Amino acid sequence: MDLPLDDPVGAGRAVEREAAAASLVPAVAVAGLVKRFGATVAVDGISFRIEAGSTTALLGGNGAGKTTTISILLGLLVPTEGSVTVLGVDMLRYRHRVLGRINFSSPYVDLPRRLTVKENLQVYGRLYGVRDLRRRIAELANELDIEQFLDRATGSLSAGQRTRVVLAKALLNQPQLLLLDEPTASLDPDTGDWVRTYLERYRSETGASILLASHNMAEVERMCDRVLMMRTGRIVDAGTPQELLTRYGRGTLEEVFLDIARERPGVDLAGSGRSG
Amino acid sequence: MSISRRTEYDPDWFSWRRVTAILLRHLYVLRRSWPRLLELAYWPTVQMILWGFVTLFFVQHSSWVAQAAGVLISAVLLWDVLFRANLGVSVTFMEEMWARNLSQLFASPLRPYELVVALGLMSLIRTLISVVPAMLLAIPLFGVSVFALGLPLAGFFGNLLLFGWSIGLIVAALVLRFGLGAESLAWVAVFAVAPLSGVYYPIDVLPFWLQPVAWLLPPAWVFEGLRALLFEHDARLDLLAGAFALNLVYAIVATLFFLRICHVARERGLLVQQGE
Repeated sequence: MDLPLDDPVGAGRAVEREAAAASLVPAVAVAGLVKRFGATVAVDGISFRIEAGSTTALLGGNGAGKTTTISILLGLLVPTEGSVTVLGVDMLRYRHRVLGRINFSSPYVDLPRRLTVKENLQVYGRLYGVRDLRRRIAELANELDIEQFLDRATGSLSAGQRTRVVLAKALLNQPQLLLLDEPTASLDPDTGDWVRTYLERYRSETGASILLASHNMAEVERMCDRVLMMRTGRIVDAGTPQELLTRYGRGTLEEVFLDIARERPGVDLAGSGRSG
Repeated sequence: MSISRRTEYDPDWFSWRRVTAILLRHLYVLRRSWPRLLELAYWPTVQMILWGFVTLFFVQHSSWVAQAAGVLISAVLLWDVLFRANLGVSVTFMEEMWARNLSQLFASPLRPYELVVALGLMSLIRTLISVVPAMLLAIPLFGVSVFALGLPLAGFFGNLLLFGWSIGLIVAALVLRFGLGAESLAWVAVFAVAPLSGVYYPIDVLPFWLQPVAWLLPPAWVFEGLRALLFEHDARLDLLAGAFALNLVYAIVATLFFLRICHVARERGLLVQQGE
């Protein structure tokens, strides 16, 4: 899929139209993905698809392989084996053709703290080739309620304020695929709810796809169409939240998560390594 | 790597917009930090004053220095071009690591070689801020103007800048590979070539067996050229051309090494593990 790369936002709309017309191009298609660090297997042969316009959760305990998987999708890690296609583009060969159409936020990655919020958004806006950047920053500042601290140093903001700024950076280029690693970690319930509402609105208005790694099961139940359960680098189960609740006979995803994480006796994990 | 990968044209293969985004990011930091600006100019000025007094002493006691009183001051100022050019690349790169910003950059459409260009341009700006005040101060303080060297000064400056970039890129690559524990390399690596560069003495002072090694270093050609100009009033283009030819080799090797380590970092997960 060759797109006008100097205009990621316009390119994004073109892709949306194509995807809507064909409904064939998934936002993400991963097959046989393996990532080894020496003797350690961080991701162990996973395969999954994220359909265009959907929100998918990647769940698992610490060390399950969620962040490694997201890093591979972002081109920050080269997989040992397997194939990764993002928005119809082979990430392993042509990642720079698609990086302008995706974006991410993670609590483990900062924006330069000495720069003001506006300066950070200007820098990243230029990096992502955002047209009419001033208007886009004003729009996001208004939507994400960060106008009052646009001229403050990013390092001086509270955790909640910084999360909104990082989200603004992640939305600058109106990404068609948004990768969110624990987007509401360390936020108070009110701010967390506000962020979730905003993301839901963003998805419904733009048709973007979201991949969400989270430890907040209520968040996943509320936002996600589909859940991929990971443990020790494998996808051990997958389905809609309701399917998982039914399959495990549980009332909440948190209970399902604990069943899987603790490998409770009686829990059928015969599908260990099954494709998402 | 397939043939199609080599031959397929990517219209977005280089973007000045992305290069200037990186420049902006670092200029924003410099602009509001006068201690940083002062620190940049401080050491070259102190060095110049120190060697100015040494020159005053030697003029009375050394017939060699008396022939060209500006030789030591000019040499120390040009040596600082090399030192600051190296720091301009390596420290600018390490600032991204200190800020935990490397993942954001490598997950953006920025190409690694665009980062190399941005680091080089930022190094040029930092080098000018560092050495121009000292060069100007040397005129009233000691009656030595490096600007009187004329057009060859541009050749000396350009060659030392290029070699500084090469060392800086190799240091940046090593810091990326081995972590911030190796950051002191930025300040010490360049001094490994100082004894062989003939900054303050002719190359023929070195032991016979070391002289061929010295001639493998572009600064040896530059400082011999400086002395030829000052003592014999001979602008030796052959020395400048020799330095430039060697610099091309070093620049290509350093850039390829940096790009290779960027790939290794993506294989080993170094981009997602960086921090202060």
